[in-house]
Amino acid sequence: MAAFAATAGGLLRLRAAGSEGQWRRLRGAGLLRGLLQPESATGVAAQRRRVAHFTFQPDPEPREYGQTQKMNLFQAITSALDNSLAKDPTAVIFGEDVAFGGVFRCTVGLRDKYGKDRVFNTPLCEQGIVGFGIGIAVTGATAIAEIQFADYIFPAFDQIVNEAAKYRYRSGDLFNCGSLTIRAPWGCVGHGALYHSQSPEAFFAHCPGIKVVVPRSPFQAKGLLLSCIEDKNPCIFFEPKILYRAAVEQVPVEPYNVPLSQAEVIQEGSDVTLVAWGTQVHVIREVAAMAQEKLGVSCEVIDLRTILPWDVDTVCKSVIKTGRLLISHEAPLTGGFASEISSTVQRSRAIQRAVTGRHPVCRVPSTLPDA
Amino acid sequence: MGSSCPRPPGPKALRLRLGCPLLCLLQKQLPRRQEQQHFPSLDDKPQFPGASAEFIDKLEFIQPNVISGIPVYRVMDRQGQIINPSEDPHLPQEKVLKFYRSMTLLNTMDRILYESQRQGRISFYMTNYGEEGTHVGSAAALDNTDLVFGQYREAGVLMYRDYPLELFMAQCYGNVSDLGKGRQMPVHYGCRERHFVTISSPLATQIPQAVGAAYAAKRANANRVVICYFGEGAASEGDAHAGFNFAATLECPIIFFCRNNGYAISTPTSEQYRGDGIAARGPGYGIMSIRVDGNDVFAVYNATKEARRRAVAENQPFLIEAMTYRIGHHSTSDDSSAYRSVDEVNYWDKQDHPISRLRHYLQSRGWWDDEQEKAWRKQSRKKVMEAFEQAERKPKPSPSLLFSDVYQEMPAQLRKQQEALARHLQTYGEHYPLDHFEK
Repeated sequence: MAAFAATAGGLLRLRAAGSEGQWRRLRGAGLLRGLLQPESATGVAAQRRRVAHFTFQPDPEPREYGQTQKMNLFQAITSALDNSLAKDPTAVIFGEDVAFGGVFRCTVGLRDKYGKDRVFNTPLCEQGIVGFGIGIAVTGATAIAEIQFADYIFPAFDQIVNEAAKYRYRSGDLFNCGSLTIRAPWGCVGHGALYHSQSPEAFFAHCPGIKVVVPRSPFQAKGLLLSCIEDKNPCIFFEPKILYRAAVEQVPVEPYNVPLSQAEVIQEGSDVTLVAWGTQVHVIREVAAMAQEKLGVSCEVIDLRTILPWDVDTVCKSVIKTGRLLISHEAPLTGGFASEISSTVQRSRAIQRAVTGRHPVCRVPSTLPDA
Repeated sequence: MGSSCPRPPGPKALRLRLGCPLLCLLQKQLPRRQEQQHFPSLDDKPQFPGASAEFIDKLEFIQPNVISGIPVYRVMDRQGQIINPSEDPHLPQEKVLKFYRSMTLLNTMDRILYESQRQGRISFYMTNYGEEGTHVGSAAALDNTDLVFGQYREAGVLMYRDYPLELFMAQCYGNVSDLGKGRQMPVHYGCRERHFVTISSPLATQIPQAVGAAYAAKRANANRVVICYFGEGAASEGDAHAGFNFAATLECPIIFFCRNNGYAISTPTSEQYRGDGIAARGPGYGIMSIRVDGNDVFAVYNATKEARRRAVAENQPFLIEAMTYRIGHHSTSDDSSAYRSVDEVNYWDKQDHPISRLRHYLQSRGWWDDEQEKAWRKQSRKKVMEAFEQAERKPKPSPSLLFSDVYQEMPAQLRKQQEALARHLQTYGEHYPLDHFEK
């Protein structure tokens, strides 16, 4: 079994769109067209800003949660926060610029609706924001902290790793900060460069005691965020910023939960397992379509959803079926979360073989993984 | 040039500097609404949103005042006599005796546990010598339900709240009676019942947390204050700055209690800060601040009492810098003779000790005498030794507790690791001191 980890850039690059916001649907033939699209009437090639291209694939409208409404990702987040503040009188939302609605509009309207003691700005200090949030949670109240960009979460790393993650364990369960949730915009947006594009989930994956969650869509985001807020452990919820406006779906108006630590097989297949989370799920969905069409390869596509604790069983079960694993993430390759998945899956199969003493049920190519 | 333009509203400075043509251009660009705004007294006062102050036309840097800094509030002199009778809190005898017993019992426990580390019975210990007044004076001024966030040298607060010796010992020994389940190094106490949040080793991390807890208490109309203890060294951490700023801007009912004991391990205050200590930082954040004699238990009591009353009534933070001296080493891993003189230490031990000063006060009132002192010393030592011997005999918690409480529920991966350890111990258990641990 070969496991292959790749960054977004390493995968088949899809045809670049013109400027951000002008998505063109990929068709097989389109792949071979040039990256530059002549636009102007004079025939002179007008250089447009090239951005990595993907197409958000909405899921079918959910039927089991009541009335739905068309929402983009940030509206789905607002809806989840609205639901939370409505049913939990202790819940508060705080961070930089959340009062006026937030730099990504995730908290629009909430201060007017719930009051300035519940939705408020803090000074510009991430270590303070998270420390403050831990303190609220220690008293049992629900704390929803916003870090303006995941790139700026690092000043709070000590509070997250040394304090939040260890609060329950070190106190012998006398104290905990389980009612803390930290939200942060995450991932590539095209123009974000070094400091508005990071995906730091791998740093936190190494930290037992917290949960790390990344949604791929508005429907997933609302359900997962509600689960994080209600979860009795401190959670970090990374929101793919490029999807804030680009991803639009029917999302239930009422609260509902999407379970944590459960990966979702969003497409079944037999030849290779593709694993991703967040924005990259849509990329690998397109890859799966292309692979089927061009190579006749049947891909099983898994959205991991929760990075920590991650759903080892679903991924292993899939790899046992297909015999091949490819994991793709935007974050850097070395020490990226794909390494953890890859090594765990390989170890687990080895145990399988040792226990059963039988040939593995899928092919085991001789090449070593590239990860 | 100027006559064709209507007289513009706007600052005099702008008119003088830009000249009319540019101003006319600006006026054309400005939306109607802004043109109609008037700033009548612009000539007299600065209008910056960031500061409320007068103009000055003399170039002058503000000199930080460290020669004659914020004064030190005290009630008793070094001989335990009340200086200004109107500041005497007139506490009843029983209460003051409780102060004394708490401080001396702590001192006795410190001596025995320090020794026990030296003898290899516990792994590590930190004494509170010289700072007992800061703990007990402040703890006595709080309500029992006020939430305490400490650093690591506040055991007297727990002692005052009647935390049993058995539990102090249990945590230091990491035995089965430890409420913390034996997971942390000694002196990392915690007690939910007594509203004392479990100590953690990283410094100053408790400061913004205490602020959050205070905010939640305010929202809950709990009439509770949160008190947050830290040393002058920890006050250099970014978390301290964060905590102060958040407490002020978010109007939190919190008492920041800084134990300025002169040293952060080996680092003297001259290498820790250059300003006038920690109290002088308070006003920079908009925080009411005071400096007190930390070795004067009544000064500590009075300041904390008043801070508590106002913090809860007015929802604002208070900063108390309690000046004191760390008579003991930083910990059992430290030998402070490497960086300070024995004479210096002896001065504080003999001439300005919170326990001695309170004893003199008690004796001058006729509330204590040498015979009671002798009897109490014997009794407190006996109590400590009994608890100590009991703690020694108890086993350590089960190894399976390595994996619980990481999360509220145990995730599958941790359960697998727990099972793997159990299998490992079944096969190789003879190589581990399993006899000392519960099954």
